[in-house]
Amino acid sequence: MTGEQMSKAGTSGIIVEMAVRIATPFIQLFGMYVIAHGHYSPGGGFQGGVILGSAFILLGIAFNQEMALRYFSERVNSILGSSGALIYVGTAVVCALLGGLFLDYSALDRVLPLGPVEWRSMGIFVVELGVGLAVMSIMTSLFWDLGSGGDLEKGL
Amino acid sequence: MRSLAFIAVFVTGALLLYGTRDFPAWGDPAAPAAQHVSPTYIEKSVEQTHVPNIVTAVLGDYRGYDTMFETVVIYCAGIVVIGALRNWRDEE
Repeated sequence: MTGEQMSKAGTSGIIVEMAVRIATPFIQLFGMYVIAHGHYSPGGGFQGGVILGSAFILLGIAFNQEMALRYFSERVNSILGSSGALIYVGTAVVCALLGGLFLDYSALDRVLPLGPVEWRSMGIFVVELGVGLAVMSIMTSLFWDLGSGGDLEKGL
Repeated sequence: MRSLAFIAVFVTGALLLYGTRDFPAWGDPAAPAAQHVSPTYIEKSVEQTHVPNIVTAVLGDYRGYDTMFETVVIYCAGIVVIGALRNWRDEE
């Protein structure tokens, strides 16, 4: 197929498609690694969320928007993004309701006694998870809406 | 109109640059932040939070408010982009 025919059919050719098929799970795994390993190495919710979001953006570029939306529908995207922001704020509110200060994760010790200091470490992880979810879906939906002019049909 | 916008941007930028003249030099050990805040984080963060990465400890715990509203800002930006660009006509 010539380049023009390919862009009409909405595909990028078999080599790019196969490469993306193979690379996507590893990109997602690396994104989760960056989020989970933020305690020990550079990384965290923002960086890992962007990597996770880029996996879906790559699907949208290499195939088309419909293909990407089959794996990550707009509805799931909105739910995940909202719950990510809710996890962060909710953790902070739960800390306040349990008798600590707002965002004082050591108060979560009253739910599951791991020790106040250990809970500060765990609290950071929970919060990073929320940041990662929110950033992932916002990145993806930014690309989808900007790339397709709001129709979510063909994309770039 | 365009020249007015340019003047506004230029004046704001000049004011911001003028404001940075009062900042302590980058990495200055006598800067207020380096006097007690940074040493406390470096000495106590592992003991207080059990997180070996000081950056993560500061980002997620000591400066939790900042990170929380960063997330809220990103979330709001996404909602606004969806609200402004998403074309709902086909589904009605």
